[in-house]
Amino acid sequence: MTLSTFDTTASPAAGHAGGPAPSPAETGAPGEPVLDVGGLEVRFATPDGEVSAVNGVSFAVAPGETVGIVGESGSGKSQVFMAVMGLLAANGRARGSVRYRGQQILGLAPQRLNRIRGSRIAMIFQDPMTSLNPYLRISTQMKEVLVHHKGMTDADAHREAVAMLDLVRIPEAGRRIRMYPHEFSGGMRQRVMIAMALLCRPDLLIADEPTTALDVTVQAQILDLMGDLKAETGAATVLITHDLGVIAGLADRVMVMYGGRVVETGGVRDIFYSPQHPYSRGLLDSMPRLDSRRAGELPTIPGQPPNLQHLPTGCAFAPRCPHAFDTCLAVDPPLERFAEGRAKACHLEGL
Amino acid sequence: MSETGTGPLTAEADATLAETRPSGPPVLSVRDLQVHFPMPGGGLFRRSPDVLKAVDGVSFDLAAGETLGVVGESGCGKSTLGRAILQLIPSTGGRVVWMGEDIAGLDDKALRARRQDMQIIFQDPLASLDPRMTVGDIVAEPLDTFRPEMSRQDRREAVRRMLREVGLMPEMINRYPHEFSGGQCQRIGIARAMILEPRLVICDEPVSALDVSIQSQIINLLMDLQRRYGLAMIFISHDLSVVRHIAHRILVLYLGRIAEFGDRDALYDDPRHPYTQALISAVPLPDPDRERAKQRIVLHGDLPSPLNPPSGCAFRTRCPKATHHCAEQDPPPYPVRAGQVAACHYWDTETPAG
Repeated sequence: MTLSTFDTTASPAAGHAGGPAPSPAETGAPGEPVLDVGGLEVRFATPDGEVSAVNGVSFAVAPGETVGIVGESGSGKSQVFMAVMGLLAANGRARGSVRYRGQQILGLAPQRLNRIRGSRIAMIFQDPMTSLNPYLRISTQMKEVLVHHKGMTDADAHREAVAMLDLVRIPEAGRRIRMYPHEFSGGMRQRVMIAMALLCRPDLLIADEPTTALDVTVQAQILDLMGDLKAETGAATVLITHDLGVIAGLADRVMVMYGGRVVETGGVRDIFYSPQHPYSRGLLDSMPRLDSRRAGELPTIPGQPPNLQHLPTGCAFAPRCPHAFDTCLAVDPPLERFAEGRAKACHLEGL
Repeated sequence: MSETGTGPLTAEADATLAETRPSGPPVLSVRDLQVHFPMPGGGLFRRSPDVLKAVDGVSFDLAAGETLGVVGESGCGKSTLGRAILQLIPSTGGRVVWMGEDIAGLDDKALRARRQDMQIIFQDPLASLDPRMTVGDIVAEPLDTFRPEMSRQDRREAVRRMLREVGLMPEMINRYPHEFSGGQCQRIGIARAMILEPRLVICDEPVSALDVSIQSQIINLLMDLQRRYGLAMIFISHDLSVVRHIAHRILVLYLGRIAEFGDRDALYDDPRHPYTQALISAVPLPDPDRERAKQRIVLHGDLPSPLNPPSGCAFRTRCPKATHHCAEQDPPPYPVRAGQVAACHYWDTETPAG
């Protein structure tokens, strides 16, 4: 993800009125991004009114890089990628632009989308039990992917599936592949899901809270594995998580989301050591730290996350922001580049 | 650990208690606490023994104004321990001495009277609130039970005051739980727990379901209430960062037993049990340079089945230091320094001899 690829004109208003925003690729990024999202909007129709889950999000992911997406519940971080994968709930609508290696995939018919998702773009979810079929052996589920996407024979698919379980360090893969999902522990199940996602050697892996359901010692095993796989497979990775520690360990670049918008983006060291958006700063400051003797009162972000049915007119973070002034309440700040590789959506000059 | 009932203490309990005194006179003393669940034998579970030892020989003292952190992974018995202290789950051995009286084995009526001093806050704020009751009725319910003589007017006033104390607006008294965010629901749960002005609050993962920005608000609130009311607090959590911030002393559980127990800073800065060392090193730090530079101790395998725990030290199957000795002899709590014990034969060696 290079900074020049950010389309700063993609405000919600522009998205509503003009459909897809200009693609970041057209604004002159060097090299072709794997994924290129422009002016993405996601709306859900609910009995209580329309929910604006994603409001004009633009970014690109370069080959081989790991982009961390940080945000709390309701920030839109998961819905961006559900829209990318064509997996929005039935009451959801997405508009804008999603290009995979230059090809528009937003709104593609499911049969055509299926040639890309699961094969070129794969996804790992938080709970492996909801993604694996409890009635089928792991071998059946893994081979199906290869037979369907790659047209492999059963024997070749079996060999490839075992090799992939080896790659994710499942001991005795040749024997274990005949087991059912419930016969694996939580950590092993998550390895199986990662192996399935990697079967077709995707060039983009989307991991949505991949370690959140795991105990900390098992999480450490999976994080180590993901770090190794990053080097071994060369796949670009999008890592969606609320856990800033996980991001700090794996991401090259970070995108901070709030109220369905990107509020800050930059290199991982930029975001952690000199956050420039008051929300990013507040988030980091409010975390209790394992490596600190700090005691007493924690700094907090006052108030509650925004109601996505009634987003404020100006900056969505303004009601909780210690620095907010008149303009913040009236005008939603666009995401603007302020330094090499960095952008923020904030009216303040600096923090 | 074979001692049960209210007899003399085991050597383990004595050693633990000799080293880990609280800062003041204890309001709660837990001795050799056991919660053993009988399991259906035969059939499918033929090979398993018929007892699951969820909590097995836990001892500690807790003073007023003090927070005890209880950490460990899922299945370590930390939630069962919390519930057994309140006797919400009956203990099968040991003592729970509350204000000088052993409450283990008291009947329901006697327990109910003691419980107004001891409250619990749960993890899932919304699920622990009755969706058909107003916030006012939820917070007032303990008053209905324990202070039936209170007038409607006084009760309402007490509820409004408590809502203010936990950072909610008294005007919200007639609203329903679904109208509140997760953080606000947790405040309602805290108000309900605090309305009787208890002396002990057990918090079972109270901030785990909350977003980061809301977590710190609730942590501050709990610490503030503790200060104002002189509460004794037991804070059960899998999150070692949160526990380091809020607890004075920390108890690390593994398969229902104490692996290590000690003062906050000593335990985090110099953990001596290999399990504590692995737990602490496994937590990802929100600091890219430190996170990438640090040596993570990656444990192999998963938690063994509590139905069939390893012989000797329960941790030995995943322990980088384990030797034959560990399979044969269950390690007692070794005194590490003033205020700290570790149940590891090799607590003072970097690598085991032999």
